[in-house]
Amino acid sequence: MAEASAWAALRSAAGSQGPAVPSIGSVARLMLERDLRLAFRKASQLVQPMAFFVIVTTLFPLAVTPNLVQLRRIAPGVIWAAALLSSLLALEFLFRDDAHDGTLEQFALSGRSLTGLLLAKTVAHWLLTGLPLALMAPIAGAALGVPEAAMPGILATVAIGTVTLSLIGAVGAALTMGLRRSGALLSLLTLPLVIPVLIFGARATQLAIRSEAYRGPLLLLAALAVLAITLAPLAVTAAVRINLE
Amino acid sequence: MSEATLEGKHLHLWRGERHVLRGVNFTVAAGQCLQLTGPNGSGKTSLLRTICGLSYPEAGSVHWRGEDIRQDLPAFHAQMTYLGHEPPLKMELTARENLKYWIGVRRRSSDREMAQALEQVGGDRWADRPVHTLSAGQKRRVALAGLLLSAVSLWLLDEPTTNLDVDGQRQVGTLIAEHLASGGLAVVAVHHALQMSPQGLHTLELGNG
Amino acid sequence: MNWTWFHRLASPPYLYRTAGRLTPWFAWPAAILIFAGLIGGLWLAPPDYQQGDAYRIMYVHVPSAWLSLMMYGIMGIAGGIGLIWRMKAAHAVAASAAPIGASFALVTLVTGSLWGKPMWGTYWAWDPRLTSELFLFLLYLGYMGLRSAFEELQRADRASAVLAVVGLVDVPIVHYSVVWWNSLHQGALVFLGRRAMPFSMTVPLMLMFVGFTLFSLSVLAMRLRAEVLNRERSARWVREEVGA
Repeated sequence: MAEASAWAALRSAAGSQGPAVPSIGSVARLMLERDLRLAFRKASQLVQPMAFFVIVTTLFPLAVTPNLVQLRRIAPGVIWAAALLSSLLALEFLFRDDAHDGTLEQFALSGRSLTGLLLAKTVAHWLLTGLPLALMAPIAGAALGVPEAAMPGILATVAIGTVTLSLIGAVGAALTMGLRRSGALLSLLTLPLVIPVLIFGARATQLAIRSEAYRGPLLLLAALAVLAITLAPLAVTAAVRINLE
Repeated sequence: MSEATLEGKHLHLWRGERHVLRGVNFTVAAGQCLQLTGPNGSGKTSLLRTICGLSYPEAGSVHWRGEDIRQDLPAFHAQMTYLGHEPPLKMELTARENLKYWIGVRRRSSDREMAQALEQVGGDRWADRPVHTLSAGQKRRVALAGLLLSAVSLWLLDEPTTNLDVDGQRQVGTLIAEHLASGGLAVVAVHHALQMSPQGLHTLELGNG
Repeated sequence: MNWTWFHRLASPPYLYRTAGRLTPWFAWPAAILIFAGLIGGLWLAPPDYQQGDAYRIMYVHVPSAWLSLMMYGIMGIAGGIGLIWRMKAAHAVAASAAPIGASFALVTLVTGSLWGKPMWGTYWAWDPRLTSELFLFLLYLGYMGLRSAFEELQRADRASAVLAVVGLVDVPIVHYSVVWWNSLHQGALVFLGRRAMPFSMTVPLMLMFVGFTLFSLSVLAMRLRAEVLNRERSARWVREEVGA
């Protein structure tokens, strides 16, 4: 009984909402740590979208032409179509496992902001897919005849564009998380919604490759990211709650 | 804060085309455990999920400390823990890591507390093994350790004795009894009656409506 | 303001009967207006001095494009109402509106490319408005796909409503980004330019606009009745209604 009274004492301390409740910041850090650790224990899910990105970009020289001058002209389209498809591939896993094993249920019942927890998960997802894609894009660009001077521009556009992709993709992933086979449906839901990212991203990349000013489309891309950060987490939360109901 | 009581008032719930709960009423006071019995599909899990606010009842309401839980769900959630059919564990993480991330969202717990909780469920020997190497019964014990660590007044448990041996089943009974003795409350969906002293234990039979 | 009418609409039998009573009030004026609009548009209006008779497909194309948007608006707003107030009747409206809007989007795409052939010499010239109409059509397909992917009706209603509301925010962004994209790559291809149309051309277009709108509302009311019946098939009032 000594043990039981120890838990009871803890409870009364927790009941008064004392210092035992961790701050939002430390919870977000905990969530990030958790998702990164999980991802590295299941490395295949981490590697697959990257490998997919490499494969898609190598298809074009094989299918179109190995001529670097011609490849340079289609490079923006190739990089962005490949980035879009790779991040879509990674989305399927975003909530699937957590929905299946009851983790999301515990999130929803934790007394903490579900929106905050899901946003932390989405940030982790971007760190694990968007950021690596942004780092890969200049390498793929080099293989497509893109001049070195354009590399920082390509890195920045893909990094900012994938923020929006992760957030809008998270809405699609949350809507389909309870469905058994959702791959094609997830693409059908997400792709029409992210067309603006493709348009502005490819345009900024194109301008960077031509060493022209790409600030305009890059800022539009950033504006989309800001809008997505503001609104998408609300939709993700609603979708998760609906699937837990 | 008023007295810890949980009340269900005229709860009606539909699942698809089935009217599973037809005007369910109950009251659980501090130191009491409500055991939900009934055949499969009688709505035990649905009722638990309605109590914790995941599902919306068609009619009726759940009250905690005299107030509708919908008034302030986060505050209610901070005082309860729900354990579903499956332990909410990540297979790739160890038992200890699982507890750290699961409970860490709710409250800050010390290593000593975690060690104590694990010891109490008999898990101190395998606490650092990845969960996928543990048996179903051991996973269940990790979930029970989490329940203790969350240090809340209200326990909502769905078949907590599944996959446990006779010894483990008795232990669940003891944990609940200790929880009640220290002023806690519990609602437990069960297949087989809980193995615990009948003091403070009430039964709600579902599925005859 | 008195909100009882709004709450009464939430009751399925009331909604069913109201939709039934409204249908002829939409359908008959629609038939008359569309008939008049067709006479006016296909016979009475003069041929265009640039496009000849090809422009006449406008009398179907433009109202269809408008309705594909209006139905999306109805779907999104009904979905939002259903989400916020947990109102099942609103979800029934959203579910009925989606296939109508998708059909009008398809009609818009088909008539647009038929119009494109004599205009540009090709069926598909990546005109910005047709391109964003294509994405609208795909969004409708996604919505209906998501709806049908759930076994449980409540979840299908609420999940698809989230998508519809997200789309409501996103559709204008998609549209303007496509227009922006197009302005980079080609001069705007405009069907009729910005010059004023003669009165004899505008009047039939207005008739068709109103006629098509009323027609789509009558179809919405009919679909809504079927949807409500299907959803409430185990309710007593349905047995009484159908049995009688």
